[in-house]
Amino acid sequence: MSADGGLNAVPAGARLRGDLRLVADMIERGSRVLDVGCGDGELLAFLAREKSIDGRGMELSQSGVNACVRHGLSVIQGDADHDLQDYPSDAFDYVVLSQTLQATRQPLRVIEHLVRIGRRAIVSFPNFGHWRIRLNLMVHGRMPRTPVLTHAWYETPNIHLCTILDFIALCAELGVGIERSVTLDRHGLPYRLKPQGTLANLMAEQALFLLRGARSQAPA
Amino acid sequence: MTVPSPARETALAPDRPGFQLVVEAPLALDCGVQLGRYTIAYQTYGRLNAQRSNAILICHALTGDQYVVGAHPLTGKPGWWETLAGPGKVLDTERYFLICANVLGGCMGSSGPMELNPATGRPWGLGFPVITVADMVRAQTKLIDHLGIETLFCVTGGSMGGMQVLQWAASFPERVFAAVPIATAARHSAQNIAFHEVGRQAIMADPQWCQGNYLEFGKRPERGLAVARMAAHITYLSEQALHRKFGRNLQDRSALTYGFDADFQVENYLRHQGIAFVERFDANSYLYITRACDYFDLAAEHGGSLANAFRGTRTRFCCISFTSDWLYPTSENRAIVHALNAVAANVSFVEIETDKGHDAFLLEEPEFFATLRGFLDGCARHRGLAAP
Repeated sequence: MSADGGLNAVPAGARLRGDLRLVADMIERGSRVLDVGCGDGELLAFLAREKSIDGRGMELSQSGVNACVRHGLSVIQGDADHDLQDYPSDAFDYVVLSQTLQATRQPLRVIEHLVRIGRRAIVSFPNFGHWRIRLNLMVHGRMPRTPVLTHAWYETPNIHLCTILDFIALCAELGVGIERSVTLDRHGLPYRLKPQGTLANLMAEQALFLLRGARSQAPA
Repeated sequence: MTVPSPARETALAPDRPGFQLVVEAPLALDCGVQLGRYTIAYQTYGRLNAQRSNAILICHALTGDQYVVGAHPLTGKPGWWETLAGPGKVLDTERYFLICANVLGGCMGSSGPMELNPATGRPWGLGFPVITVADMVRAQTKLIDHLGIETLFCVTGGSMGGMQVLQWAASFPERVFAAVPIATAARHSAQNIAFHEVGRQAIMADPQWCQGNYLEFGKRPERGLAVARMAAHITYLSEQALHRKFGRNLQDRSALTYGFDADFQVENYLRHQGIAFVERFDANSYLYITRACDYFDLAAEHGGSLANAFRGTRTRFCCISFTSDWLYPTSENRAIVHALNAVAANVSFVEIETDKGHDAFLLEEPEFFATLRGFLDGCARHRGLAAP
C-alpha cells in the first residue's frame, strides 16, 4: 500500500467495472476529480491509488457514503439534483457522473452544473435506443428490463432515460462540446462504432462521453 | 514555535486529576474586556510524539468538561466520551495525544463566574465578562502554544464542542490539519436561543440565585438549575427515544394519584437528571456558556457568508449529523457542508441513522464510530502518522 493517500480495505489491483476502467483512462494523473454518485467509492479509490488524484465524491445512499469515508475517501451525502449548485465554477479538472444521469430529476440542469464545475465532465448512461429494448417493447408490449436496466417500471430510479442520439442532441442544444465518446456493450467493453451513427444507437447498451467544460468551450 | 505568553502549570487540586495552566498575559475578549490572569484546566491522554504531530484537541459540549476518559472526580461516573476514547478505541490513546480543556466560563477549574476574581478576592459571579465561543477558542490556543504544538492533527467535538471546532477551523486554519464537527451548527437558531432562555430564566427565577451572588451568601440556586437541565435534557432526546424508554409508564405505582407527584416515569427521570446535574455544575456557568452558544454565528463574523469563513482552507473536514437530532438537525450540519463545498474544501459528510436524538454523539453508535475511525485513519496516513 502506498503511503500517499493509499486506501485501506480496498484491495490493491482490484479490477474496475468495465465502464469505470474507461472513465479512469480518460483522467489525467494528479488531477482534481469529483465523482457524483460515487457508490462505494470504487472509482475514487482506484484513481487515488493508481493516478494520485485529489478526489471527492457525492453519494445518495448512507451505506455508500459511510463505506467511502470509512475507507478514507472524502465523500459527502448528497445528490446531483440538489448539491451541485454549491460548488464553485472550475473547482475540478473532471466531474464524473457514471450511470446516474437517468436517475436525476433535472438532467439538463445537472449537465449544466457538471460542465460549469469541471474543466471536463465525464458522463456515462444506459442507451435506451438499444435494439433489445426496442424489440422488447414492440414484441411483448411490456416495459423493458435488461441486464443494464434491471428494475421493474414501478420501482425504477431511472426516470429520465435517453438514447445516445438524444444525449448528443441535448449537448448540441446546450452548446456543450463533446471531446470524446465511446459506445459500450453490457459488460462495459467498447464497440468500434461512432456514437453519432444510427447503428451505434441500435447496438450499444451504454455510452460514455467526455464533455468540455463551459469555460473551455471551443469558440464557435 | 510561538513562545507561550508567561504561563505556569500546576496540578489542578488534590481532589481533581489533571492540570491547570495559569496565563498571566490578558486575553482580549469579544466583549471588549481584557481578561487578565486566567486559568485553563485541562486533561491529556496518551503521549505527544517527537514530531508533535499526533495531538487531537477534544472540545466539550455545554455541560461537559475535560474528563473525557476515566472516573469523573465529582460524580465517579465514566468520562463523557469513554465509549470513543481510550487505548485501541477510535480516539486511540496509543496513537494520538488527546487534549481536552474546560472551556472559559466553565466550572471545572478554568476561569469562570465561580472562580475568584483576582482583583477582589471574591467570586466573579455576574462580574465575569460575557464570553463567546471565539473567546473559548482563543484561550485554548494559549494552552496549545504552551504544550508546544504548532498544528493540531485534529480538532473534534459535538454540539457546542462542534462550534468550537468550526471556530478553530475558521480562525486558525493553519493550525488544524483535520476538523470533525459533530451534531452542531454554524449559528444558533431562534429555537436554540429560545430553549436556552427558558433555562436561564429558570435559574434567575430561583430566589437562591441572589442576583448571581449566591456563592457569597453560601447558597445555590439548585431548583432553578435543575429545571434548566430538565428543559434542556428534553432537547437532547428524540420523541421516539423518550417514548421507547418511558411511554406513559407509571413510576412505582399502579394508578394515577390525582396529584402532582411524579406519576410518570418520564417525570421521575427528568427530576433525577436535574438533581444529578446540580451536584456537578454551577448555575452562573450555565448562564455564561448558554449565552456563548446563543451569540455564536460564524457567518455573521464573515460578512454574512459562511463560505467566507473557510475560504482557502486546507483543513480536511468530516461533518457528522444524526437523523433524529432536532436540536442541531442534519439541515444545520448540511449548511456547513454546503459552505465548505462552495470553497471546494476537502469535506466528508455522513448522516448517521439513529433514533437517539442529539445525545447520539455521546453514545455507542457503530456507524458513527466506523466513519470517524476511517476518516482519522485516512488523515493519519496523509499526516504520516504511524499506525499503532
